[in-house]
Amino acid sequence: MVPWFAWSAVILFVAGLYISFFVAPTDIQQSEAYRIMFIHVPASILSMFIYLVMAGYAALGLIFNTRLSSMMASALAPTGALLAFLSLWTGALWGKPMWGAWWVWDARLTSELILLFLYLGFIALHASIDDPRRADRASALLAIIGSVNVPIIYFSVQWWNTLHQGASVKFTGTSMHVAMQQGMYTMMLAVWLYAIAVSLLRVRCIILERECKAQWVSELVEVRQ
Amino acid sequence: MNKLSLIGLLSLVIRRDLVLAMRRRADVLTTLIFFVIVVSLFPLGVGPEMDMLRKMAPGVVWVAALLASMLSLGRMFSADYLDGTLEQMMLVPQSLSILVLAKILAHWMVSGLPLVIMAPVLGLQFDMSAQALWVLIAALLLGTPILSMIGAVGAALTLGLRGGGALVSLLVLPLCIPVLVFGAGAVEAVVSGTSVSSHLSLLGALLVIALVFTPWVTALALRISME
Repeated sequence: MVPWFAWSAVILFVAGLYISFFVAPTDIQQSEAYRIMFIHVPASILSMFIYLVMAGYAALGLIFNTRLSSMMASALAPTGALLAFLSLWTGALWGKPMWGAWWVWDARLTSELILLFLYLGFIALHASIDDPRRADRASALLAIIGSVNVPIIYFSVQWWNTLHQGASVKFTGTSMHVAMQQGMYTMMLAVWLYAIAVSLLRVRCIILERECKAQWVSELVEVRQ
Repeated sequence: MNKLSLIGLLSLVIRRDLVLAMRRRADVLTTLIFFVIVVSLFPLGVGPEMDMLRKMAPGVVWVAALLASMLSLGRMFSADYLDGTLEQMMLVPQSLSILVLAKILAHWMVSGLPLVIMAPVLGLQFDMSAQALWVLIAALLLGTPILSMIGAVGAALTLGLRGGGALVSLLVLPLCIPVLVFGAGAVEAVVSGTSVSSHLSLLGALLVIALVFTPWVTALALRISME
Protein backbone atom coordinates (compact mmCIF):
# COMPACT_ATOMS: atom_id res chain seq x y z
CA MET A 1 0.00 0.00 0.00
CA VAL A 2 2.83 2.39 0.81
CA PRO A 3 4.16 2.82 -2.77
CA TRP A 4 0.64 3.48 -4.07
CA PHE A 5 0.02 6.30 -1.64
CA ALA A 6 3.55 7.61 -1.96
CA TRP A 7 3.52 7.77 -5.77
CA SER A 8 0.07 9.30 -6.02
CA ALA A 9 1.16 11.85 -3.41
CA VAL A 10 4.20 12.76 -5.51
CA ILE A 11 2.13 13.09 -8.69
CA LEU A 12 -0.48 15.20 -6.97
CA PHE A 13 2.19 17.37 -5.37
CA VAL A 14 3.66 18.12 -8.79
CA ALA A 15 0.24 18.78 -10.29
CA GLY A 16 -0.85 20.86 -7.33
CA LEU A 17 2.30 22.96 -7.36
CA TYR A 18 1.92 23.51 -11.11
CA ILE A 19 -1.66 24.69 -10.70
CA SER A 20 -0.84 26.87 -7.73
CA PHE A 21 2.12 28.59 -9.36
CA PHE A 22 1.18 28.83 -13.04
CA VAL A 23 -2.56 28.38 -13.42
CA ALA A 24 -4.09 30.11 -10.42
CA PRO A 25 -4.53 33.85 -11.00
CA THR A 26 -2.88 36.54 -8.93
CA ASP A 27 -4.97 37.76 -6.02
CA ILE A 28 -6.11 41.37 -6.09
CA GLN A 29 -5.47 42.16 -2.45
CA GLN A 30 -2.56 39.92 -1.66
CA SER A 31 -0.79 39.71 -5.08
CA GLU A 32 1.58 36.75 -5.30
CA ALA A 33 2.05 36.17 -1.60
CA TYR A 34 -1.27 34.39 -1.23
CA ARG A 35 0.20 31.38 -3.05
CA ILE A 36 1.65 30.18 0.24
CA MET A 37 -1.93 29.28 1.08
CA PHE A 38 -1.62 26.18 -1.10
CA ILE A 39 0.71 24.61 1.44
CA HIS A 40 -0.44 26.47 4.55
CA VAL A 41 -4.09 25.47 4.49
CA PRO A 42 -3.62 21.73 3.82
CA ALA A 43 -0.90 21.51 6.46
CA SER A 44 -3.06 23.25 9.07
CA ILE A 45 -6.14 21.19 8.37
CA LEU A 46 -4.20 17.95 8.37
CA SER A 47 -2.36 18.81 11.57
CA MET A 48 -5.71 19.13 13.35
CA PHE A 49 -7.25 16.14 11.65
CA ILE A 50 -4.28 13.87 12.34
CA TYR A 51 -4.51 14.80 16.00
CA LEU A 52 -8.12 13.65 16.09
CA VAL A 53 -7.26 10.43 14.27
CA MET A 54 -4.34 9.88 16.63
CA ALA A 55 -6.50 10.47 19.70
CA GLY A 56 -9.12 8.15 18.21
CA TYR A 57 -6.58 5.37 17.69
CA ALA A 58 -5.16 6.01 21.15
CA ALA A 59 -8.65 5.72 22.67
CA LEU A 60 -9.26 2.48 20.77
CA GLY A 61 -5.96 1.15 22.06
CA LEU A 62 -6.77 2.19 25.61
CA ILE A 63 -10.31 0.84 25.65
CA PHE A 64 -10.03 -2.38 23.67
CA ASN A 65 -6.38 -3.01 24.43
CA THR A 66 -5.56 -3.53 20.76
CA ARG A 67 -1.88 -3.29 20.01
CA LEU A 68 -2.07 -2.10 16.42
CA SER A 69 -4.15 1.00 17.17
CA SER A 70 -1.63 2.18 19.76
CA MET A 71 1.12 1.64 17.21
CA MET A 72 -0.85 3.66 14.66
CA ALA A 73 -1.24 6.46 17.19
CA SER A 74 2.49 6.65 17.83
CA ALA A 75 3.18 6.42 14.09
CA LEU A 76 0.89 9.38 13.36
CA ALA A 77 2.36 11.69 16.00
CA PRO A 78 5.61 12.74 14.22
CA THR A 79 3.76 13.47 10.96
CA GLY A 80 1.21 15.54 12.83
CA ALA A 81 3.92 17.45 14.66
CA LEU A 82 5.71 18.10 11.36
CA LEU A 83 2.55 19.43 9.74
CA ALA A 84 1.71 21.61 12.75
CA PHE A 85 5.20 23.07 12.58
CA LEU A 86 4.90 23.54 8.82
CA SER A 87 1.60 25.29 9.25
CA LEU A 88 3.08 27.69 11.80
CA TRP A 89 6.15 28.30 9.68
CA THR A 90 4.32 28.97 6.43
CA GLY A 91 1.88 31.05 8.44
CA ALA A 92 4.78 33.17 9.67
CA LEU A 93 6.11 33.55 6.12
CA TRP A 94 2.64 34.57 4.99
CA GLY A 95 2.04 36.85 7.93
CA LYS A 96 5.16 38.92 7.34
CA PRO A 97 4.06 40.49 4.01
CA MET A 98 0.34 40.54 4.90
CA TRP A 99 0.17 41.60 8.54
CA GLY A 100 3.69 43.04 8.76
CA ALA A 101 4.71 40.67 11.54
CA TRP A 102 6.11 37.16 11.70
CA TRP A 103 3.95 36.37 14.67
CA VAL A 104 0.92 37.90 16.32
CA TRP A 105 -0.74 36.63 19.47
CA ASP A 106 -3.88 35.71 17.64
CA ALA A 107 -6.20 33.05 19.05
CA ARG A 108 -5.76 30.67 16.15
CA LEU A 109 -1.98 30.99 16.04
CA THR A 110 -1.70 30.44 19.75
CA SER A 111 -3.94 27.41 19.77
CA GLU A 112 -2.05 25.91 16.83
CA LEU A 113 1.15 26.44 18.81
CA ILE A 114 -0.44 24.60 21.74
CA LEU A 115 -1.31 21.80 19.33
CA LEU A 116 2.37 21.54 18.41
CA PHE A 117 3.26 21.41 22.11
CA LEU A 118 0.69 18.66 22.64
CA TYR A 119 2.23 16.61 19.83
CA LEU A 120 5.69 17.13 21.32
CA GLY A 121 4.41 16.18 24.78
CA PHE A 122 2.88 13.01 23.38
CA ILE A 123 6.12 12.05 21.63
CA ALA A 124 8.25 12.94 24.67
CA LEU A 125 6.06 10.98 27.08
CA HIS A 126 6.04 7.98 24.77
CA ALA A 127 9.80 8.13 24.37
CA SER A 128 10.58 8.39 28.07
CA ILE A 129 8.69 5.26 29.16
CA ASP A 130 10.68 2.13 28.50
CA ASP A 131 7.87 -0.40 28.64
CA PRO A 132 6.00 -0.01 25.31
CA ARG A 133 2.63 -1.10 26.71
CA ARG A 134 2.74 1.40 29.52
CA ALA A 135 4.02 4.06 27.11
CA ASP A 136 1.07 3.41 24.79
CA ARG A 137 -1.51 3.68 27.53
CA ALA A 138 -0.02 6.71 29.28
CA SER A 139 0.38 8.70 26.07
CA ALA A 140 -3.08 7.60 24.93
CA LEU A 141 -4.56 9.24 28.00
CA LEU A 142 -2.60 12.41 27.24
CA ALA A 143 -3.76 12.42 23.60
CA ILE A 144 -7.39 12.13 24.66
CA ILE A 145 -7.08 14.98 27.16
CA GLY A 146 -5.37 17.14 24.56
CA SER A 147 -8.06 16.59 21.92
CA VAL A 148 -10.08 19.27 23.73
CA ASN A 149 -7.85 21.75 21.94
CA VAL A 150 -8.74 20.79 18.35
CA PRO A 151 -12.26 22.27 18.27
CA ILE A 152 -10.84 25.37 19.95
CA ILE A 153 -8.41 25.87 17.06
CA TYR A 154 -11.04 25.18 14.46
CA PHE A 155 -13.60 27.60 15.85
CA SER A 156 -11.13 30.17 17.20
CA VAL A 157 -11.65 32.38 14.17
CA GLN A 158 -15.38 32.54 14.73
CA TRP A 159 -15.27 32.78 18.51
CA TRP A 160 -12.65 35.47 18.93
CA ASN A 161 -12.80 37.11 15.52
CA THR A 162 -9.16 38.26 15.57
CA LEU A 163 -6.60 38.96 12.88
CA HIS A 164 -6.55 35.53 11.25
CA GLN A 165 -9.07 35.46 8.43
CA GLY A 166 -12.10 33.20 8.45
CA ALA A 167 -12.51 30.12 6.32
CA SER A 168 -12.84 30.77 2.59
CA VAL A 169 -13.83 27.21 1.81
CA LYS A 170 -17.20 26.18 3.12
CA PHE A 171 -19.44 23.26 2.37
CA THR A 172 -22.04 25.63 0.99
CA GLY A 173 -19.89 27.26 -1.66
CA THR A 174 -16.75 29.35 -1.59
CA SER A 175 -15.42 32.79 -2.27
CA MET A 176 -12.43 31.60 -4.30
CA HIS A 177 -11.54 31.45 -7.98
CA VAL A 178 -11.98 28.03 -9.59
CA ALA A 179 -8.28 27.53 -10.39
CA MET A 180 -7.36 28.45 -6.84
CA GLN A 181 -9.83 25.89 -5.60
CA GLN A 182 -8.44 23.21 -7.85
CA GLY A 183 -4.91 23.96 -6.73
CA MET A 184 -5.95 23.87 -3.11
CA TYR A 185 -7.86 20.61 -3.36
CA THR A 186 -5.04 18.96 -5.29
CA MET A 187 -2.53 20.04 -2.68
CA MET A 188 -4.88 18.96 0.10
CA LEU A 189 -5.20 15.52 -1.41
CA ALA A 190 -1.43 15.34 -1.93
CA VAL A 191 -0.67 16.20 1.69
CA TRP A 192 -3.34 13.75 2.76
CA LEU A 193 -1.79 10.92 0.75
CA TYR A 194 1.70 11.88 1.92
CA ALA A 195 0.57 11.65 5.55
CA ILE A 196 -1.00 8.24 4.97
CA ALA A 197 2.08 6.91 3.15
CA VAL A 198 4.54 8.10 5.78
CA SER A 199 2.42 6.89 8.69
CA LEU A 200 1.99 3.46 7.14
CA LEU A 201 5.72 3.24 6.55
CA ARG A 202 6.38 4.26 10.12
CA VAL A 203 3.86 1.86 11.60
CA ARG A 204 5.46 -0.93 9.60
CA CYS A 205 8.80 -0.15 11.23
CA ILE A 206 7.18 -0.01 14.66
CA ILE A 207 5.46 -3.36 14.15
CA LEU A 208 8.70 -5.00 13.02
CA GLU A 209 10.57 -3.48 15.94
CA ARG A 210 8.06 -4.59 18.56
CA GLU A 211 7.40 -8.02 17.11
CA CYS A 212 11.03 -8.78 16.32
CA LYS A 213 10.87 -11.96 18.39
CA ALA A 214 7.72 -13.26 16.67
CA GLN A 215 7.97 -16.18 14.31
CA TRP A 216 6.38 -14.47 11.30
CA VAL A 217 8.98 -11.73 11.38
CA SER A 218 11.87 -14.18 11.24
CA GLU A 219 10.20 -15.88 8.27
CA LEU A 220 10.07 -12.66 6.22
CA VAL A 221 12.17 -12.72 3.07
CA GLU A 222 13.91 -9.44 3.93
CA VAL A 223 14.85 -10.67 7.39
CA ARG A 224 16.22 -14.03 6.28
CA GLN A 225 18.58 -12.53 3.76
CA MET B 1 -12.86 -3.17 60.75
CA ASN B 2 -15.44 -0.46 60.13
CA LYS B 3 -15.67 0.97 56.64
CA LEU B 4 -14.84 4.66 56.27
CA SER B 5 -17.33 6.99 54.65
CA LEU B 6 -16.22 9.03 51.65
CA ILE B 7 -16.00 12.24 53.64
CA GLY B 8 -14.11 10.42 56.38
CA LEU B 9 -11.61 9.12 53.84
CA LEU B 10 -11.29 12.54 52.24
CA SER B 11 -10.48 14.27 55.51
CA LEU B 12 -8.23 11.43 56.65
CA VAL B 13 -6.03 11.64 53.55
CA ILE B 14 -5.98 15.45 53.62
CA ARG B 15 -4.96 15.44 57.28
CA ARG B 16 -2.26 12.84 56.65
CA ASP B 17 -0.77 14.78 53.72
CA LEU B 18 -0.87 18.04 55.66
CA VAL B 19 0.94 16.46 58.60
CA LEU B 20 3.53 15.05 56.24
CA ALA B 21 3.98 18.45 54.62
CA MET B 22 4.33 20.15 58.02
CA ARG B 23 7.08 17.72 58.94
CA ARG B 24 8.99 18.95 55.91
CA ARG B 25 8.38 22.65 56.04
CA ALA B 26 11.39 23.40 53.84
CA ASP B 27 9.66 21.94 50.77
CA VAL B 28 6.64 24.19 51.22
CA LEU B 29 8.78 27.24 51.78
CA THR B 30 10.90 26.54 48.70
CA THR B 31 7.86 26.85 46.44
CA LEU B 32 6.80 30.08 48.11
CA ILE B 33 10.27 31.61 47.98
CA PHE B 34 10.61 30.60 44.34
CA PHE B 35 7.35 32.43 43.61
CA VAL B 36 8.52 35.56 45.41
CA ILE B 37 11.91 35.54 43.70
CA VAL B 38 10.52 35.05 40.19
CA VAL B 39 8.06 37.91 40.63
CA SER B 40 10.75 40.16 42.09
CA LEU B 41 13.12 39.42 39.21
CA PHE B 42 10.85 41.04 36.65
CA PRO B 43 11.24 44.67 37.81
CA LEU B 44 15.00 44.12 37.89
CA GLY B 45 14.92 42.72 34.35
CA VAL B 46 12.64 45.20 32.61
CA GLY B 47 13.38 48.33 34.65
CA PRO B 48 11.50 50.05 37.46
CA GLU B 49 9.05 52.25 35.46
CA MET B 50 5.82 52.02 37.44
CA ASP B 51 3.54 52.42 34.43
CA MET B 52 4.93 49.40 32.67
CA LEU B 53 5.10 47.34 35.86
CA ARG B 54 1.46 48.06 36.66
CA LYS B 55 0.50 46.81 33.21
CA MET B 56 2.62 43.69 33.49
CA ALA B 57 1.73 42.78 37.06
CA PRO B 58 -1.20 40.36 36.51
CA GLY B 59 0.65 38.40 33.87
CA VAL B 60 3.85 38.24 35.90
CA VAL B 61 2.11 37.05 39.06
CA TRP B 62 0.16 34.43 37.14
CA VAL B 63 3.14 33.06 35.22
CA ALA B 64 5.15 32.90 38.44
CA ALA B 65 2.29 31.08 40.19
CA LEU B 66 2.10 28.62 37.29
CA LEU B 67 5.83 27.91 37.44
CA ALA B 68 5.81 27.62 41.23
CA SER B 69 2.99 25.10 41.11
CA MET B 70 4.94 23.08 38.52
CA LEU B 71 7.85 22.97 40.96
CA SER B 72 5.97 21.04 43.61
CA LEU B 73 4.08 18.67 41.32
CA GLY B 74 6.74 15.99 41.41
CA ARG B 75 6.20 15.56 45.14
CA MET B 76 2.48 14.93 44.86
CA PHE B 77 2.73 11.18 44.36
CA SER B 78 6.43 10.32 44.28
CA ALA B 79 7.04 9.87 48.03
CA ASP B 80 4.01 7.60 48.37
CA TYR B 81 5.06 5.74 45.26
CA LEU B 82 8.58 5.12 46.54
CA ASP B 83 7.62 3.79 49.98
CA GLY B 84 4.75 1.69 48.65
CA THR B 85 1.93 3.66 50.28
CA LEU B 86 0.39 4.38 46.91
CA GLU B 87 0.05 0.68 46.17
CA GLN B 88 -1.79 0.20 49.46
CA MET B 89 -4.01 3.17 48.66
CA MET B 90 -5.02 1.55 45.38
CA LEU B 91 -6.18 -1.53 47.28
CA VAL B 92 -8.65 0.27 49.55
CA PRO B 93 -12.31 -0.54 48.92
CA GLN B 94 -13.26 3.11 48.42
CA SER B 95 -12.93 4.83 45.07
CA LEU B 96 -9.42 5.83 44.08
CA SER B 97 -10.76 9.07 42.57
CA ILE B 98 -11.81 10.31 46.02
CA LEU B 99 -8.39 9.48 47.38
CA VAL B 100 -6.77 11.34 44.51
CA LEU B 101 -9.09 14.30 45.05
CA ALA B 102 -8.02 14.41 48.70
CA LYS B 103 -4.37 14.36 47.70
CA ILE B 104 -4.98 17.16 45.18
CA LEU B 105 -6.75 19.27 47.80
CA ALA B 106 -3.95 18.72 50.28
CA HIS B 107 -1.41 19.63 47.59
CA TRP B 108 -3.30 22.81 46.86
CA MET B 109 -3.47 23.79 50.54
CA VAL B 110 0.27 23.29 50.83
CA SER B 111 1.48 24.83 47.57
CA GLY B 112 -1.44 26.83 46.10
CA LEU B 113 -2.93 28.58 49.12
CA PRO B 114 0.37 30.16 50.29
CA LEU B 115 0.76 31.65 46.81
CA VAL B 116 -2.71 33.19 46.99
CA ILE B 117 -1.93 34.70 50.40
CA MET B 118 1.44 35.98 49.23
CA ALA B 119 0.22 37.42 45.91
CA PRO B 120 -1.28 40.73 47.26
CA VAL B 121 2.01 41.61 48.92
CA LEU B 122 3.78 41.08 45.60
CA GLY B 123 1.03 43.03 43.85
CA LEU B 124 1.88 46.01 46.07
CA GLN B 125 5.43 45.85 44.75
CA PHE B 126 3.92 46.43 41.32
CA ASP B 127 1.73 49.28 42.55
CA MET B 128 -1.58 47.55 41.85
CA SER B 129 -4.77 49.23 43.05
CA ALA B 130 -6.77 47.77 45.94
CA GLN B 131 -9.58 46.71 43.63
CA ALA B 132 -7.18 44.95 41.28
CA LEU B 133 -5.64 43.16 44.25
CA TRP B 134 -9.01 41.78 45.34
CA VAL B 135 -9.70 40.52 41.82
CA LEU B 136 -6.21 39.02 41.72
CA ILE B 137 -6.93 37.12 44.95
CA ALA B 138 -10.31 35.92 43.66
CA ALA B 139 -8.84 34.80 40.34
CA LEU B 140 -5.96 33.01 42.04
CA LEU B 141 -8.35 31.32 44.47
CA LEU B 142 -10.34 29.97 41.52
CA GLY B 143 -7.32 29.27 39.33
CA THR B 144 -4.67 27.65 41.50
CA PRO B 145 -6.83 24.58 42.34
CA ILE B 146 -7.18 24.01 38.58
CA LEU B 147 -3.40 24.13 38.24
CA SER B 148 -3.08 21.52 40.99
CA MET B 149 -5.70 19.31 39.35
CA ILE B 150 -4.27 19.43 35.84
CA GLY B 151 -0.83 19.01 37.35
CA ALA B 152 -1.97 15.89 39.17
CA VAL B 153 -2.77 14.24 35.83
CA GLY B 154 0.73 15.05 34.56
CA ALA B 155 2.34 13.91 37.80
CA ALA B 156 0.46 10.62 37.68
CA LEU B 157 1.40 10.00 34.04
CA THR B 158 5.11 10.61 34.65
CA LEU B 159 5.28 8.76 37.95
CA GLY B 160 8.63 7.06 38.42
CA LEU B 161 10.07 8.10 35.06
CA ARG B 162 13.54 9.42 34.52
CA GLY B 163 13.57 13.13 33.81
CA GLY B 164 10.03 13.33 35.18
CA GLY B 165 10.31 16.95 36.35
CA ALA B 166 10.96 18.51 32.96
CA LEU B 167 8.53 16.17 31.26
CA VAL B 168 5.72 17.14 33.64
CA SER B 169 6.13 20.78 32.68
CA LEU B 170 6.09 19.89 28.98
CA LEU B 171 2.83 17.98 29.40
CA VAL B 172 1.04 20.26 31.84
CA LEU B 173 1.98 23.79 30.79
CA PRO B 174 0.13 23.74 27.42
CA LEU B 175 -3.01 22.52 29.20
CA CYS B 176 -2.77 25.32 31.78
CA ILE B 177 -2.83 28.11 29.20
CA PRO B 178 -6.61 28.75 29.42
CA VAL B 179 -6.31 29.25 33.19
CA LEU B 180 -3.49 31.71 32.64
CA VAL B 181 -5.40 33.62 29.97
CA PHE B 182 -8.60 34.03 31.98
CA GLY B 183 -6.83 34.55 35.29
CA ALA B 184 -4.60 37.33 34.03
CA GLY B 185 -7.47 38.59 31.88
CA ALA B 186 -9.67 39.16 34.93
CA VAL B 187 -7.12 41.41 36.59
CA GLU B 188 -6.43 43.27 33.36
CA ALA B 189 -10.18 43.78 32.93
CA VAL B 190 -10.47 45.52 36.27
CA VAL B 191 -7.48 47.71 35.48
CA SER B 192 -8.94 48.76 32.14
CA GLY B 193 -12.43 49.14 33.63
CA THR B 194 -14.35 46.42 31.79
CA SER B 195 -16.41 43.64 33.28
CA VAL B 196 -14.58 41.20 35.53
CA SER B 197 -17.37 38.74 36.04
CA SER B 198 -17.09 37.08 32.62
CA HIS B 199 -13.46 36.09 33.24
CA LEU B 200 -14.19 34.92 36.76
CA SER B 201 -17.21 32.92 35.62
CA LEU B 202 -15.13 31.20 32.96
CA LEU B 203 -12.48 30.39 35.57
CA GLY B 204 -15.21 29.02 37.82
CA ALA B 205 -16.54 26.91 34.97
CA LEU B 206 -13.05 25.55 34.31
CA LEU B 207 -12.73 24.77 38.02
CA VAL B 208 -15.98 22.80 38.05
CA ILE B 209 -15.07 20.86 34.91
CA ALA B 210 -11.62 20.09 36.30
CA LEU B 211 -13.14 19.06 39.64
CA VAL B 212 -15.35 16.52 37.89
CA PHE B 213 -12.88 15.06 35.43
CA THR B 214 -9.32 15.34 36.71
CA PRO B 215 -9.56 13.10 39.82
CA TRP B 216 -11.01 10.38 37.67
CA VAL B 217 -8.41 10.80 34.89
CA THR B 218 -5.63 10.98 37.47
CA ALA B 219 -6.83 7.73 39.03
CA LEU B 220 -6.78 6.12 35.56
CA ALA B 221 -3.28 7.45 34.95
CA LEU B 222 -2.09 6.14 38.32
CA ARG B 223 -3.42 2.68 37.49
CA ILE B 224 -1.56 2.77 34.18
CA SER B 225 1.64 3.89 35.88
CA MET B 226 1.45 1.33 38.66
CA GLU B 227 1.05 -1.77 36.49
